[in-house]
Amino acid sequence: MQKYSIFNLVKKAFSNHENWDLAWKDPTPKEEYDVVIIGGGGHGLATAYYLAKEHNITNVAIIEKGWIGGGNVGRNTTIIRSNYMHDENSLFSEFGMDLWRKMSQDLNYNVMFSPRGIINLAHSDAQMNAYARRGNSMRLNGIDAVLLNREQVKEIIPMADFSENVRFPIFGGLMQPSAGTARHDAVAWGYARQADSMGVDIIQNCEVIGFDVSAGKIKGIRTSRGNIKAKKVGICVAGSTNILAEKLNMTLPIETHLLQACVSEPVKPVLDNVVTFGAGHFYVSQSDKGEMVMGGDLDGYNSYAQRGNLPTLQHVLTEGIAMMPFLSKLKMLRTWGGIMDMSMDGSPIIDKTHIGGLYLNCGWCYGGFKATPASGWTFAHTIAQDRVHELNAGYSLNRFNTGHLIDEKGLGTKTWIS
Amino acid sequence: MLYINCPHCGMRSQNEFSYGGDASVKRPELNKEVSDQEWDNFVYNRKSLRGKHLELWQHISGCRQWIKVERDTGTHEIFRTFKADEEVA
Repeated sequence: MQKYSIFNLVKKAFSNHENWDLAWKDPTPKEEYDVVIIGGGGHGLATAYYLAKEHNITNVAIIEKGWIGGGNVGRNTTIIRSNYMHDENSLFSEFGMDLWRKMSQDLNYNVMFSPRGIINLAHSDAQMNAYARRGNSMRLNGIDAVLLNREQVKEIIPMADFSENVRFPIFGGLMQPSAGTARHDAVAWGYARQADSMGVDIIQNCEVIGFDVSAGKIKGIRTSRGNIKAKKVGICVAGSTNILAEKLNMTLPIETHLLQACVSEPVKPVLDNVVTFGAGHFYVSQSDKGEMVMGGDLDGYNSYAQRGNLPTLQHVLTEGIAMMPFLSKLKMLRTWGGIMDMSMDGSPIIDKTHIGGLYLNCGWCYGGFKATPASGWTFAHTIAQDRVHELNAGYSLNRFNTGHLIDEKGLGTKTWIS
Repeated sequence: MLYINCPHCGMRSQNEFSYGGDASVKRPELNKEVSDQEWDNFVYNRKSLRGKHLELWQHISGCRQWIKVERDTGTHEIFRTFKADEEVA
């Protein structure tokens, strides 16, 4: 594989950048693979990469219905953080933060990881207490957390509304300085390119239409491009999880919901961090191009539409304008939607299933992007070793049956209740 | 914007309604032994497929009645609406 470097960039400039190698091949599916990963999104591509890199399993195919990176990894607001309170979530996410820090070097692909810090605003004394508790819990797990008072927040984000007579005055905030953003498409492409170079087949425009299961074990999959035998199959399809589960006669604690995001016209640098509104659900950061990247609540009803409705967008942006009034002056450039695999406790599932050789990775709700490396790493471990890693032991499928829910916020699919 | 035909009030905008989830879920009969699996299916497990979906909505800023709505989760098209106690054929 061609290494990306400044020297190669200069060299190729002499030939007008016309003879770069393809970043990944377009192979015909083989008859059989050791592992088939269904879903060529961030998590699926990362899984294939870590299968090859950490477990030396390279006879792997990624089966993607559309094109790689065309789902949620291309539709998110690129926020990376590990500001969770529960051990399962915080240890898992912080493991991921380490992978993020090394990712550009690891993949030889600039994912533009920018640890610019995230601030969750608090609007009451009670919320400050809750954030102090969460911050302490984070620090016990080795994650950086700083509790900011009103004056400290004002110094960092002076453009927020600090006037006295607002409905939700800013009391302070909880900051994770090491959190940040990354270039989402680069993450998908970087993983794809490295996985491909280690022998993984990336098969696009190939829809899974069924599974071959016999005697309680997976034997292969049926696709729009023919049958493919496989010793192990990993399902990693986010919002489409229920569609595949139905083909396996499984009913999961997952509902598919619609989430919108939007960007404004580009403006000069005004916001250095990721900031979230604490009296509702709104978050904002500024992209390198200058666009304000914004998002918030789910549309609130089951949907596969990948496009949203205006009432929710209006509701979300009303919160944004309450937090930072200058946003009302900006023009909207683009809005888009993606479909989320909302789990019933708001936490993901990375586990084996009752079918031998079949593994499940889903339930990311709207926190899937930041989890991409850790999810791929632990899912690869679970598939390769046929047992869960201690990092994803809490993300079991049967926790809903045994009552070991990880209720970070206790909301699940009904996030609008908060 | 969705427009939902409330069987009590007529056509109203989505802003007046709040969503209540899958209407086909049945609470287990309580006069018999209920297994963990049955509770699981009632509380957590959902089909949530693409296509026609029978769901509950509440006309929260209107008559406050719960209603059933048959809607396509792929296109958001609404086919029929029913009163909460109406049997859906």
